[in-house]
Amino acid sequence: MNKNLLLALVLAITASLAHAQTLRIGLAEDPDILDPTLARSFVGRIVFASLCDKLFDIDEKLNIVPQLATAYQWSADSKSLTMKLRSGVTFHDGEKFNAAAVKFNIERHKNLAGSNRRGELSPVTSVDVIDELTARINLSAPFSPLLSVLADRAGMMVSPKAAQAANFGVKPVCSGPFRFVERIAQDRIVLERYQNYWNKGEIHFDKVVFQPIVDATVRLANLRSGQLDFIERVAPSDIAAIKSDNKLAISRITELGYQGITINVAKSDLGQKNPLGRDPRVREAFELSLDRAGLVQVAMDGESEPGNQWVSPSNGYYAKNNPMPKRDVARAKALLKEAGVTNPSFTLMTPTTSDGQRVAQVVQAMAKEAGFDVKIQSTEFATSLNLADKGQFDAYVLAWSGRADPDGNLFSFYGCKQPLNYHGMCKPQWDELLDRSRSTLDHATRLKLFEQLAAEIAKERPIIYLFHRHWLWAYNKKLSGMRAIPDGLVRVQGLKM
Amino acid sequence: MLHYLLKRLAAIVPTIFFVTIIIFGLQQLLPGDPAVILAGEDQDPNVIAYLQKKMHLDEPLPVRYGYWIAGVVHGDLGESLRIQQPVLGLIEEKLPVTLELAVIAMLIALVIGIPAGIVSAVGKDTVWDYAANVIALWGLSTPNFWLGILMILLFSVSLGWLPASGYVSPFEDLQANLAAMIMPAFVLGNAIAAVLMRHTRSAMLQVLNADYVRTARAKGLDERSVVLKHALRNALTPIITLGALEFGTLLSGAVLTEQVFSIPGFGKLIVDAVFNRDYAVVQGVVLFTSSVYIVLNLLADLAYFLVNPRLRG
Repeated sequence: MNKNLLLALVLAITASLAHAQTLRIGLAEDPDILDPTLARSFVGRIVFASLCDKLFDIDEKLNIVPQLATAYQWSADSKSLTMKLRSGVTFHDGEKFNAAAVKFNIERHKNLAGSNRRGELSPVTSVDVIDELTARINLSAPFSPLLSVLADRAGMMVSPKAAQAANFGVKPVCSGPFRFVERIAQDRIVLERYQNYWNKGEIHFDKVVFQPIVDATVRLANLRSGQLDFIERVAPSDIAAIKSDNKLAISRITELGYQGITINVAKSDLGQKNPLGRDPRVREAFELSLDRAGLVQVAMDGESEPGNQWVSPSNGYYAKNNPMPKRDVARAKALLKEAGVTNPSFTLMTPTTSDGQRVAQVVQAMAKEAGFDVKIQSTEFATSLNLADKGQFDAYVLAWSGRADPDGNLFSFYGCKQPLNYHGMCKPQWDELLDRSRSTLDHATRLKLFEQLAAEIAKERPIIYLFHRHWLWAYNKKLSGMRAIPDGLVRVQGLKM
Repeated sequence: MLHYLLKRLAAIVPTIFFVTIIIFGLQQLLPGDPAVILAGEDQDPNVIAYLQKKMHLDEPLPVRYGYWIAGVVHGDLGESLRIQQPVLGLIEEKLPVTLELAVIAMLIALVIGIPAGIVSAVGKDTVWDYAANVIALWGLSTPNFWLGILMILLFSVSLGWLPASGYVSPFEDLQANLAAMIMPAFVLGNAIAAVLMRHTRSAMLQVLNADYVRTARAKGLDERSVVLKHALRNALTPIITLGALEFGTLLSGAVLTEQVFSIPGFGKLIVDAVFNRDYAVVQGVVLFTSSVYIVLNLLADLAYFLVNPRLRG
């Protein structure tokens, strides 16, 4: 009997020790390919944050901070960026990280068939290896978003030797705090601590296991039953339940992206057939009919920050000359009268996500009071993207996950013929302001240019921004050192149980 | 018997060929360009063009069908473009999981459904009959996902007896495997148990009124062997067909159950593949499932021979 008790005790202690060394993270989706060059999903970036170090990182305030590059300097004409690289860094296969590896990686991002990084790095013309630990990136024109691009997947460095293998993404080799062990599609991704990590003092887990669990309720149930230590994207409606559980903690931070309504103005003939696409006064009336704070309260349980621009009001690049308009139904009605439109009717396409549907319903009810007849068309996401691309819509509820530099929320959406320009408007002034904002490195000058752009865009309003969601994380209270970075990715450095 | 078997086997080839056409054709009806959805939120035109070429989307439909069927004939179902893994490998990885789930669910369904049906038929119009019917009605009308979430909340969150979701291989840890499987298998088997119960009941009622059962009783056989040896054996024929068909239903029912319990099986594979427009995976998995269905039906036909001697002549 005593022997059994002792055995049970030893087993229990061993089990609890083993337990404490593994960090189990619940993801909202199964990531796509784990190759930084080819990867396309947001959720994949959460895994990369433990697996692949980048040249730079961002901090809580969106400042660029060193990671694999310890220092950088722009040339006088801003057309080249020289980086000093961290010494003593190795990839998970033991290969050395150096300037040649940087050159290899940037060239791979630019040239690999199907690369999703090529667009982000399009101004990069070449990479020079100055010495073992100095690399220079040359640009065709000054490109201020470059640092923040290198603080994301385009700045992730993989082992040049391992990257020669076909299907590298099935067994990625990087230089991050954890190395890849196994992936069972839709079940788990297992990483283990890399013993030679350059910053290993900050790593306090032996293993990280990522488990995709699509249903938010089930994800939370796993956290509450102790099977997971951390879950991302908690449903706003579950916040009250988490608060009442004294074993759990919540983190929230405003996302870099936004939720908005894109209006078909010139994407296809359909745009000009509808008063909403035809007349900016009707779009202004539509915007004035909406109460963003009310919308956030009803559709998102208050878990979002109302906003009227591509960045949130708390962002350093928010254009203060274009403040958030208050709801004004009388003014909206007057504008509609001025435009000679009574009871304008349009279809609001929304993906079948619960967020999207709730937003559409609240918008429908609010706009009705100003005389709008909004018909909701719930469409499966893949289909809605296709319809948007073909211009077969009047208005489209669309979310964007956001980038650290405002350029990532702007260029592709307002630039003429850019891939995410679903409203279809081409304005030479917009293109010129966008180009100028890319070519200067000075924050104040860029902010001025964004203010000018905001003023120009406000005359047309092809995208009505609604709010910026909160990244909602829930985790075991014993987990300390959690850093809430606006990109919504979990930094494992400093995390402790 | 041999003649019959050969005839049935020969019919399988054109059936599967026809199925491939249906699968390929239906997939073309899915709205949305797969390259657009696979390209992710950046929608880089270069990436879209690359994916279209890689998936032969720039070629006419019959040519694309040709590429696919040529691969299928050579045992190559293609590769998932989303995660770069071969479809056959994914099937090999996921099939045992769903099969295990389906088998346990079927066992649960049989263990509940057939005895309940017998009890209900033997005790027709008694309280047992009514109770079994009420439970069956409940089983049929309870949505899988709802029952699943309620069970998770009760057994995992409140009581902490079972893991809320996920999967552990039985070769890794049998106990953990069964703990992870019992809730989803019950949720999945529950509705089938109800169907089996209803069918067993009506088949048994029919047989129990047959002349030979009356004769058996007249011979003085005890009720237990009348019911179990004489009546049940004949009543089982339609139930075997139903069981085979319901096994196919289990595979498709697993879609929702696997989603709720985050079990990395066939169902989850196909749901994710459809939403991500991962054509190769959708085609491969549907073709595989249809083939399993066809083979199961064949096996059910053969099983008639074994239980019903009159068919052997």
